[in-house]
Amino acid sequence: MTERKTSPEQGRRIRVLVAKPGLDGHDRGAKVVARALRDAGMEVIYTGLRQTPEMIAEAALQEDVDVVGLSILSGAHMTLIPRIVELLKANGQAHVKLFLGGIIPDEDAPRLKEMGVAGIYGPGTPTGTIIDDIRSACAQKP
Amino acid sequence: MTLAQSVLAGESLALARLLTQVENDSPEGRAALNELFPHTGRAHLIGVTGAPGTGKSSLVNRIALHFRKPPAGTPRRVAVLAVDPSSPFTGGAVLGDRVRMRDLAGDRGVFIRSMATRGSLGGLAHATAAMAQVFDAAGFDVVLIETVGAGQAEVDIARLAHTTLVVESPGLGDEIQAIKAGILEIADILVVNKADLPGVEHTERALKSMLDLAHPVEKVFLHHGQTMTIHAAGAEIGPLWVPPVQRTVSLDGSGVAELVEAIDLHAQHLRQSGEWGRRERARLEAELESLITGTLVAQFRLRVPEARYDEIVERLLRRELSPREAVEALLG
Repeated sequence: MTERKTSPEQGRRIRVLVAKPGLDGHDRGAKVVARALRDAGMEVIYTGLRQTPEMIAEAALQEDVDVVGLSILSGAHMTLIPRIVELLKANGQAHVKLFLGGIIPDEDAPRLKEMGVAGIYGPGTPTGTIIDDIRSACAQKP
Repeated sequence: MTLAQSVLAGESLALARLLTQVENDSPEGRAALNELFPHTGRAHLIGVTGAPGTGKSSLVNRIALHFRKPPAGTPRRVAVLAVDPSSPFTGGAVLGDRVRMRDLAGDRGVFIRSMATRGSLGGLAHATAAMAQVFDAAGFDVVLIETVGAGQAEVDIARLAHTTLVVESPGLGDEIQAIKAGILEIADILVVNKADLPGVEHTERALKSMLDLAHPVEKVFLHHGQTMTIHAAGAEIGPLWVPPVQRTVSLDGSGVAELVEAIDLHAQHLRQSGEWGRRERARLEAELESLITGTLVAQFRLRVPEARYDEIVERLLRRELSPREAVEALLG
């Protein structure tokens, strides 16, 4: 069986911004996720540690990403997330899907989801789950 | 209002979206490029290339900062196009150049866009030139284009940029590396970054001795089978540009002011010598050539039925046709 491409390589790839807002310095989780998304064929823009909500929203805008993935282990998520959601909306990027990883207490999850967080992943989540969720969230996009 | 009109009006979201369309080579992206083309040709395209880990991204950060906060004169609007490699296996990529550019955050006169090579070799992606055009039309004065970490042969940037910086750092090779063909030849400016590290004199000396060999006082050409000697001072070839070697330290920004001065001098040289026009012509011709190639290949694929193609491949495998005969059979 021979396979032939009928058109040159073309079309869009899922673009994901992976960022660590706030002041905790543990970026291993963010790097593991970035690597897993890369291996799933996505284009990951990695911005590194200690990002402010303003920096994250600006990068999401300039990079025209489909997804923002945030890793927060500092406990500041109830302050950081609303601000990031607000800035994305103000920039005309309400369509961007927000995924959250790190140490997020269960009792905060309902309120975060209300704010528009599409998925929350604690330690031990298989990367395959995150990949599947991102893919299906991006497939719903108009 | 079309996307292109919004970009011309200076809307950041429209610019970001158009860059995506252009990168994906969508029909909307193509139409917008046609609409924007008359507005291009003003920006100074500066290429930054060099081996992985020489500090290209940190240097781009410093150069952009300097353009934004010049000691004298008006700040220039800066776009950054940072290219990183796509995985040859999955097509995925981790684009990490922004990590080094956090000093530029929050400045509305700076726009940073990361892009993956998406299978292209040569240090850039297929869409890099077109995306630089979009920034040019959007009114950015300077477009800094950072290539993937380049080895010896990723020299596409020289065709795209007006000014090409080749970044080296101490400890990366000796005089023999310096006289090989390839990446060092394309430098308009050589930068020895991480100049606070030991070995910087050695690296600088190797590069300078390479330049002495590459820019002799007279050039000998083979012309109609006869050797002809042209003196470098001769008026017929105009003033020569000898690439300067600039030391920089991205960590504290030392040497960056001098580097930006050299960049501006080079732009001035290009304009005065008429080389700006020649490079512009070469760049547009290269773009035209690659579009012609792409369009012809697409037409060929539409025209030749898949079954016929497969049949020729089978005959190729059975050694009934050589690859060249196969091409003739398909195109003839």
